[in-house]
Amino acid sequence: MDEATAGGLRVAVLVKHVPDAQFDRHIGGDDLTTVRAESILSELDEYALEAALQLVEAHGGAAAGHRVTAITMGPAAAVAAVKKSLQIGADDGVHLTDEALNGSDASATSRALAALLRHAGPFDLVLTGMASTDGETSLVPAQLAERLDLPQVTFAASLDLAPGESGWTLSARRDNDTYAETIEASLPALVSVTDQINEPRYPNFKGIMAAKKKHIEVLSLADIGVRQDEVGLIGSWTRVEAAAPRPPRSQGIVITDEGDAGVRLVDFLAGQKLL
Amino acid sequence: MTTVLVFLDHAGASLAKSERELLSLGASLGEVTVALAGDAEQAYLDGVGSYGVQEVHRPETAAVSEVLVAGKAAFLAETVRRTGAGIVLLGNSYEAKEIGARLGVRLEAGVITDVVALDADLRATKSDFAGSYTVDCRVTTDVAILTVKPNSVEAVEAGLPSSPREVLVPVKLPQAAARVTGRVDKPVSGRPELAEARVIVAGGRGVNGDFGPLEDLADALGGAVGASRAATDAGWIEHSAQIGQTGKTVSPQLYISVGISGAIQQKAGMQTSKVIVAINKDADSPVFEIADFGIVGDLFTVLPQATDEIRKRGL
Ligand SMILES: Cc1cc2nc3c(=O)[nH]c(=O)nc-3n(C[C@H](O)[C@H](O)[C@H](O)COP(=O)(O)OP(=O)(O)OC[C@H]3O[C@@H](n4cnc5c(N)ncnc54)[C@H](O)[C@@H]3O)c2cc1C
Ligand SMILES: Nc1ncnc2c1ncn2[C@@H]1O[C@H](COP(=O)(O)O)[C@@H](O)[C@H]1O
Repeated sequence: MDEATAGGLRVAVLVKHVPDAQFDRHIGGDDLTTVRAESILSELDEYALEAALQLVEAHGGAAAGHRVTAITMGPAAAVAAVKKSLQIGADDGVHLTDEALNGSDASATSRALAALLRHAGPFDLVLTGMASTDGETSLVPAQLAERLDLPQVTFAASLDLAPGESGWTLSARRDNDTYAETIEASLPALVSVTDQINEPRYPNFKGIMAAKKKHIEVLSLADIGVRQDEVGLIGSWTRVEAAAPRPPRSQGIVITDEGDAGVRLVDFLAGQKLL
Repeated sequence: MTTVLVFLDHAGASLAKSERELLSLGASLGEVTVALAGDAEQAYLDGVGSYGVQEVHRPETAAVSEVLVAGKAAFLAETVRRTGAGIVLLGNSYEAKEIGARLGVRLEAGVITDVVALDADLRATKSDFAGSYTVDCRVTTDVAILTVKPNSVEAVEAGLPSSPREVLVPVKLPQAAARVTGRVDKPVSGRPELAEARVIVAGGRGVNGDFGPLEDLADALGGAVGASRAATDAGWIEHSAQIGQTGKTVSPQLYISVGISGAIQQKAGMQTSKVIVAINKDADSPVFEIADFGIVGDLFTVLPQATDEIRKRGL
């Protein structure tokens, strides 16, 4: 298929607004959910956005009709993750927000995001980060692929797209412990990317100005046809029962090498019965 | 009695330590039945039998392994339906988590990852926020899917040894799936695996391209070699050696951090280690805040001296 006649690619990038790991992070409240203060666009989702921008640019960019949409689900403040994505280069944004979403586990999150992607789509390609830096489960991308019946390519360390007779084909590499795999899928597909895939760009002045004119669609659960009891704590299939901060590690002994530090290290290890 | 389905991916020549741990944990919760993604040798099946396992389920078609994850999830879903299993235990690799994730959607069952402890009542314990929180949680659906970290339970053989019966399970492969088109094996190091190692010596940018002194110390201690992202990004060592937020999470008995500053993303992967030793020439490095024993010094003099001393003491 000729790229011009193929029609523009519609790429969705899932970006999450997460507590900044540079500060202390907390779990609190009666429902033991994440305290959402000092939050940022998840660093790991910047790699997904960069991958989207590079793929689209490699095939003619906006002029060829391609479009990158940044999508987030979260409280009112989470729109900041979409705004930042628009500054970096996404074309438009979608923000799903609803009180009832609070406390959603991976199953409820993927249910809502699947409905959202159906509503805002169809998309040719859905890109996500390898894990959210707060949830850290990596469950959401796989569950989305299952719910949307899309080919799943996860933990991609490289990603290419090629137009062909019967549509686009993507190829990716992923690294396992003992082997590296090459993977192929035809679009539409869902891909999660690792931090090995690229070097994310920063927003520049032009991007920040341009973002002001870009559109963000704000949706509620009712808009996308999801009932309130299908998400949040009620709609989740797991429950947190207790959460306690781990006592911080106390600082031990620090010595300065005066020529015998290697021997003193062995003494320490022997004392701890670690030899 | 609850049936516990233990999924063992990538059967090797014999049972790996983490696989024995899963089977032990399963046996403590109910009657264990096993699902294997592919063929296994007799020695491996005998190992499975030593846990009293009666049945080993395998997919009727080998094609489940040719498509990424989706095929294995379909196989497991069918196996759970046939065995009536109430608990599914998997390892904690990325792939195992994804198989668990998709299985959860298929069975409408909750999934908990990174489990480090599980009581008889199925209350699961895990770490959150890079090891700064301990969280207890529970699956609220009829079937519970749990991915368990290695080194979390003691592997003890249970029940009377058996010769498990092989059961072939028909699998309908998903139409829309990504295909694996090639696989290249990586060189093997001969050292223990990071996830299972008792001792890890990890190096960062300070190693400046030379992991030799770290490998010598690791070998003297029977340990594994790990790295910070700065060291793997520089190409000094395999990416699979990376420890941290986007690498491996480890909790060995002893973690020796060498020429690593201790960024938050690095700490995320190692701060639940039992004992932490740090060697860094900058006294202000944040890694010293979490070290039980810190040495301000040059790694190229401290490490060889320590390795010599261990050898001299005949340890
Ligand atoms: C999204 C994201 C994910 C990341 N994931 C990870 C991850 O999984 N794992 C990870 O490690 N990092 C990760 N990082 C990177 C992390 O932020 C740090 O940049 C990285 O850990 C720094 O590596 P380092 O400590 O080896 O290097 P540096 O910070 O440069 O520290 C080198 C240290 O070596 C010391 N040194 C130099 N020479 C000597 C010598 N001769 N003897 C003794 N000491 C010496 C120096 O004093 C210094 O403290 C991630 C970053 C991002 C943004
Ligand atoms: N609330 C959310 N909004 C947008 N994207 C999300 C959300 N939760 C998870 N994701 C996406 O799913 C990826 C993996 O998240 P997780 O499964 O929580 O580790 C993230 O990197 C995001 O791309």
